[in-house]
Amino acid sequence: MEANKYLNDITEIKNIMNRSSRFISLSGLSGVLAGIYALIGAGFAYVKLKDTSASNYENFSGKSSSLWGSDTVSDLTLIAIAVLVAAVITGFVMTLKKSKKSGEKIWDSTSKRLVFNFAIPLIVGGLFCLVLMQQGAAGLVAPATLIFYGLACVNASKYTMGDVRYMGLAFIAIGIISTQFIGYGLYFWALGFGVCHILYGSLMYYKYDRN
Amino acid sequence: MSLIDNINKAFDHRIRLGIMSILMVNDYADFKMLKELLGATDGNLASHTKALEKEEYIKVEKQFIGRKPNTRYSATKLGKAQFKKHINALEKLIGK
Repeated sequence: MEANKYLNDITEIKNIMNRSSRFISLSGLSGVLAGIYALIGAGFAYVKLKDTSASNYENFSGKSSSLWGSDTVSDLTLIAIAVLVAAVITGFVMTLKKSKKSGEKIWDSTSKRLVFNFAIPLIVGGLFCLVLMQQGAAGLVAPATLIFYGLACVNASKYTMGDVRYMGLAFIAIGIISTQFIGYGLYFWALGFGVCHILYGSLMYYKYDRN
Repeated sequence: MSLIDNINKAFDHRIRLGIMSILMVNDYADFKMLKELLGATDGNLASHTKALEKEEYIKVEKQFIGRKPNTRYSATKLGKAQFKKHINALEKLIGK
């Protein structure tokens, strides 16, 4: 009888500690979908680049700046924005659904903290990428996006499921490796934002969402 | 009976347990956050925070955010140590 009460106490303590410090309604499935969007986007980008000029491809996001400012770039930007918007909307809707199910508020102190801490490295990274392009180091943009996104995930992992940390570390590793293969940014992007998202998204789906 | 001695009466209530749990993992929490997480009424929560404050297990800071008064709670060193002891005692009791 008494022991039962104590057991309840312990369970309650753990539950409240988790609920008050981490936003746990993040949907794993939305990670998988974001990955799929990224792969589709990468496919479009690949076709686009092939169309433009097969010989120029090696220079994609590479040393030559002739590509920048052309139609191809604006098309690529459109693809990137479309992927981003689709991924963010999907993530938001699915997280909203999950939070309704679990009774967690979607905009409380934990989710605010999560978004804020995720945004800091991401915004810094975005600005840094603009500088890279301005200084003619466009080839480093793809590695930089991967690295800063990874850092954002590592930073945010303290405020949501801890597994996000490992995804972040994977992104950082891919980003660092890709600095040695300038010109193949698209492949590394597909590997990171596509494959990594799908992998970790499904992992988290099986771990947290399935029941 | 030394095990029972470590069970802290000050924590022997669901709401107080909840307040301490939240303050163990967060640097601070305001009244509204505690209320939402614990599902307690204003009066109920206020009396429990007062009790914990009296034991000097939590620290209360009143401040203004714009024009709105805001009460912020954080756990003291003493409070954290006592709560850890309490949890250890609970775990030992279950383990038996």
